[in-house]
Amino acid sequence: MTPTSTVLGAGLDDVTRSEASLRRFLHGLPGVDQVGAEARAAGLGTRSIKTTAKEFALDLAIRMVDLTTLEGADTPGKVRALASKAMRPDPADPDCPSVAAVCVYPDMVATVKETLGSSGVHVAAVATAFPSGRAALDIKLADTADAVEAGADEIDMVIDRGAFLSGRYQQVYDEIVATKAACGRPDGNDAHLKVIFETGELQTYDNVRRASWLAMMAGADFIKTSTGKVQPAATLPVTMIMVEAVRDFRELTGQMVGVKPAGGIRTSKDAIKYLVMVNEVAGQDWLDPHWFRFGASTLLNDLLMQRTKMKTGRYSGPDYFTLD
Amino acid sequence: MATTPFEYAPAPESRSIVDIKPSYGLFVNGEFVDGHGKSFKTISPSTEEVLAEIAEADEADVDAAVRAARKAYDKVWSRMPGRERAKYLYRIARIIQERSRELAVLESIDNGKPIKESRDVDIPIVAAHFFYYAGWADKLEYAGRGTDPQPLGVAGQIIPWNFPLLMLAWKIAPALACGNTVVLKPAETTPLTALLFAEICQQADLPPGVVNIITGAGGTGQALVGHPGIDKVAFTGSTDVGKAIARTVAGTDKKVTLELGGKAANIVFDDAPLDQAVEGIVTGIFFNQGHVCCAGSRLLVQESIADELLAKLKRRMSTLRIGDPLDKNTDIGAINSAEQLARIRELSDIGEAEGAGRWSPECELPSHGFWFPPTLFTGVTQAHRIAREEIFGPVLSVLTFRTPAEAVEKANNTPYGLSAGVWTEKGSLILHMANQLRAGVVWANTFNKFDPTSPFGGFKESGYGREGGRHGLEAYLK
Repeated sequence: MTPTSTVLGAGLDDVTRSEASLRRFLHGLPGVDQVGAEARAAGLGTRSIKTTAKEFALDLAIRMVDLTTLEGADTPGKVRALASKAMRPDPADPDCPSVAAVCVYPDMVATVKETLGSSGVHVAAVATAFPSGRAALDIKLADTADAVEAGADEIDMVIDRGAFLSGRYQQVYDEIVATKAACGRPDGNDAHLKVIFETGELQTYDNVRRASWLAMMAGADFIKTSTGKVQPAATLPVTMIMVEAVRDFRELTGQMVGVKPAGGIRTSKDAIKYLVMVNEVAGQDWLDPHWFRFGASTLLNDLLMQRTKMKTGRYSGPDYFTLD
Repeated sequence: MATTPFEYAPAPESRSIVDIKPSYGLFVNGEFVDGHGKSFKTISPSTEEVLAEIAEADEADVDAAVRAARKAYDKVWSRMPGRERAKYLYRIARIIQERSRELAVLESIDNGKPIKESRDVDIPIVAAHFFYYAGWADKLEYAGRGTDPQPLGVAGQIIPWNFPLLMLAWKIAPALACGNTVVLKPAETTPLTALLFAEICQQADLPPGVVNIITGAGGTGQALVGHPGIDKVAFTGSTDVGKAIARTVAGTDKKVTLELGGKAANIVFDDAPLDQAVEGIVTGIFFNQGHVCCAGSRLLVQESIADELLAKLKRRMSTLRIGDPLDKNTDIGAINSAEQLARIRELSDIGEAEGAGRWSPECELPSHGFWFPPTLFTGVTQAHRIAREEIFGPVLSVLTFRTPAEAVEKANNTPYGLSAGVWTEKGSLILHMANQLRAGVVWANTFNKFDPTSPFGGFKESGYGREGGRHGLEAYLK
């Protein structure tokens, strides 16, 4: 039940042995200077991406979208429509790539799975008492197992921010390890685990960096900024801190972990800024839907509109693209 | 998982906004006039293309400019109430903002610096300097120089080629705010934005003779410094020329400020925010191709983190984009002149010969123009020439230290003292270091930040006097 012994380098094994060693390690990570980090992110945001580079970026961004609906009002009809759109984002252009995944609540997984069939688009489910994470561990694990059983390829879990902020790192670590175990399937084809920090509640970049390392050491396949239910959600500097963390983690352990900013990324221009940042901070290896995702619901249509503009030279109105 | 490279397509800024004339005269008494000397060419360092013929001012031209400035000083400018002078300065500042794109493009063409720096750093600070000193023009009695401070008279100002327009603003804005008139000589390799500034003075209806701009090389500068009609010399440039100026002026009653070379220490402690420190090191030495007198050209890194920091730094240096200064995605532009390129090459070769480890990221350099890749020297000691002499290029020397005391000792062990940087999460250590470093500016967890409200100047061979801020007024008042 302890994936650390197999996936981590020998150095990090000791780190996760006790609450005290975990705390020492996390607080020993280099600090983040807020002013400097924000200046660097803003600088990356000024790159001018044109013509072929823009075409490449738009298609890549579409392939990285986790098309998301997380409303109390979600119905089978609504998520079926979304799943159809995920497979064929632009019905007018068969060359338009599919998105990476459709992200829904666990009870909708089976419906989405059925619609997606063998399209290759993944089903992601939020679990662990999303979005607050305020439930007993066994309920969170049951939530997870339920979604996995229904066919979810990816589980988006939330960490217990209360535990993290009060310094109970071991508890957060153990919960991630347990959830990762709950992602297991008998055939060994485990669901990918994305760990959501809700960075808007963690507030400081130092916390974001510590949470990133904590989750990676606990076996997260992806680290994700936000639920989309708390403001601020994903920002460029917060995501940059996480991208730096996955880069440094690979340096140390050889393991690659994915990053997913979620919430608040609505325009192609914003999405391209993220891709530029990933490209320059972590490198091209992460420019792949396997390692970088956008959690979004409205971003896709802007990407499609910009893509059509690149191809035809003209902007078309919103009515030329499907609602969901 | 296969990935396709994310190659950024070219994103060139248009040159069409700039109108470069085939030849330029001197700006004397509010008008462009022909010079008596021969003319010389200014070229674009990124392409070696000839941009324009520039007049070289001889002694007679310098004399005419100084006389024009004296007349404007006596008759108009020194008598004008501060609030009226302020209006002109505000007007100039606003025109600079309105014409900022034109100024930025021209600066990048003539100097070789990337458009993102001329556009986002140089020109905004230029405008800010005029705005800032416009604010002082009617409040000089509150500057801490007595209740009735008086201007000095005519200022002879000589500026370098690394920040042509910015250095012009640092010199002209406080001089004019205090009631002085000026004769300014831009560097011979980068005269174009100063001549465009002359047009801005006309556009602002500045009284004739308040600002005079004479172009030329060292001889013109000597004639200006030696002219008996000037009351003040302000110089930014190399230490050697600064010493020559000090010798020329010695024994006269001319006032002098000198802002000369530097060999700044950028000190990284083991508890520093490492990713931001890497950015600060990059900004410290690769900003403006390292053509910065306060560049952080000596990296002093605590031994315990040296390997980790260097690995991060090398990875970051590999992402720097070198090439066309007018491309909006260019991080490092061209070296300003063939002469400067030769000096950078010479000192780098010496560094290698003396046994330091030389490293540059793989990068293709354009076939025309003057280029030098971002370069790192490891294993450098205080005894290496590259640790002592100012290279004025994108070349970083890395030294290590073990304790704060050793860091201070090494940082101060230089003939210069213009700037320094300290990187640590510990506030008390920042204050401790700042108190002991013999440098005019100490940046904490940042580097190469400029602001009109902040005084700038050096210790030891980095010169004397301060520019910027309230302190900057002292250089132009008695």
